[in-house]
Amino acid sequence: MIPDLGKYAAEVLSAYAVSLLLLLGLVWVSVRAARRACATLEAVERQKAARDG
Amino acid sequence: MSIWEYANPKKFIATTTPVLPWVMWGAGLCLAVGLVWGFFFTPDDYRQGSTVKIFYLHVPSAMMAINIWVMMLVTSLIWLIRRHHVSALAAKAAAPIGIVMTLMALFTGAVWGQPMWGTWWAWDPRLTSFLILFLFYLGYMALWTAIEDDDTAADLTSVLCIVGSVFAVLSRYAVNFWNQGLHQGASLSLDAEENVADVFWYPALVCIAGFVLLFVGLVILRTQTEIRLRRARALQARMTA
Amino acid sequence: MIALLRRDLALAVRAGGGFGLGLAFFLIVIVLVPFGVGPQSDLLSRIAPGILWVAALLAALLSLDRIFALDFEDGSLPLLATSPLPLEAVALVKGLAHWLTTGLPLTLAAPALGFLLHLQPGAYAFLLVSLAVGTPALSMIGTFGAALTVGLRRGGLLLSLLVLPLYIPTLIFGAEAARRGADGFSATTALVLLGGITLGTFALLPFATAAALRVNLR
Repeated sequence: MIPDLGKYAAEVLSAYAVSLLLLLGLVWVSVRAARRACATLEAVERQKAARDG
Repeated sequence: MSIWEYANPKKFIATTTPVLPWVMWGAGLCLAVGLVWGFFFTPDDYRQGSTVKIFYLHVPSAMMAINIWVMMLVTSLIWLIRRHHVSALAAKAAAPIGIVMTLMALFTGAVWGQPMWGTWWAWDPRLTSFLILFLFYLGYMALWTAIEDDDTAADLTSVLCIVGSVFAVLSRYAVNFWNQGLHQGASLSLDAEENVADVFWYPALVCIAGFVLLFVGLVILRTQTEIRLRRARALQARMTA
Repeated sequence: MIALLRRDLALAVRAGGGFGLGLAFFLIVIVLVPFGVGPQSDLLSRIAPGILWVAALLAALLSLDRIFALDFEDGSLPLLATSPLPLEAVALVKGLAHWLTTGLPLTLAAPALGFLLHLQPGAYAFLLVSLAVGTPALSMIGTFGAALTVGLRRGGLLLSLLVLPLYIPTLIFGAEAARRGADGFSATTALVLLGGITLGTFALLPFATAAALRVNLR
């Protein structure tokens, strides 16, 4: 199904591969950081509630 | 209802959380459609062969690399003038996205140029300007990391962003001055200033839309992360005080 | 302002002020280059203007963190901030003092080191002029960078990362001026643009520098 990329196959495919890796990596890192931040904040808020409550 | 109401961190999170999934799905859709369209369903260029397919990655990422820096400049100014923390944190959140876009633009630009120039890197004014932009992003992120106090970091990085923007524009002209006079012709220009045929331009537009939506989604997500971390730090400080 | 200038100049020249360090570093880098690229004189004379510029730039970088660090450590920086002299003027004087103690000596030393790199005879004047016009910009930009990082303990490396990209336009025009002059072309455009950068940095960066200092003194 991949179109005939001719002699530039390596360049085109590497461009797409690296770009997709970069994008997916960025999304993955961002989502992971977001989850961790939520967890951290909840933990601290629970601590505070326990202290104040 | 002024836009400044959303400058309140809590309101920012409350407003953006329901919107976020839509934005991300929209981004995914546009990127999928645009890239598949461009990769599978467009013809080769008579001069550049199949490498023209790199256009759909290079142009959006290059546009985003610059526009993200401009967004950081604007949010830095808003922070310095109106002291809205969300603004400062949005700038901090945008920088890593910008640097990834810059890297992507550099890599796709270099790879696109290789068959044309016969070399993996050329000190072409455009590529060189992006390399300099990469260094500016790096310095900005390094300064955020180096400073402990949130407000101090926000202030200093904002000043750096403003001064850096002036020098970035200056560098663009300097680099053009530096690399003119060699055998660089319009045939080596890779950007969309050439008249691009519609058959290439429409999928590119979809890709650009995808990249913009991806940026919006990621910056919302990352800003929320920064807000939560900042609040957690503040609570910690209050408890240990 | 003059008093502040004289004080800084005296501090820099005194032993431990780092005055000779920049010059020594300049010499060492120039000596290293032939070991790195080979001793062929035609190669060296072609890259000499650029190498001399890069080496002078790096040598100027060395002494940047002392611009504010000493005053910060001994507590005199807050005093300067509250003195009747506006902080912007302090920043300008600091930049000028750095140039007088680092940039200017490097400029004067460059022709003396040019012969080590087989600098073409016609290039000496252009090198001298381009450095004389451009090194003040390096000092003022460096002063801004120093103000950003003054509070940090190990700010030296970060300072380099922040300042070196800002140095690029100055380096481009300065080295171009030296190179074009060396090759017999007109260096006027490059020198005028270089002068513009220097004037611009002295006119505008003191404000950014003062802003950064105020943040760090909070």
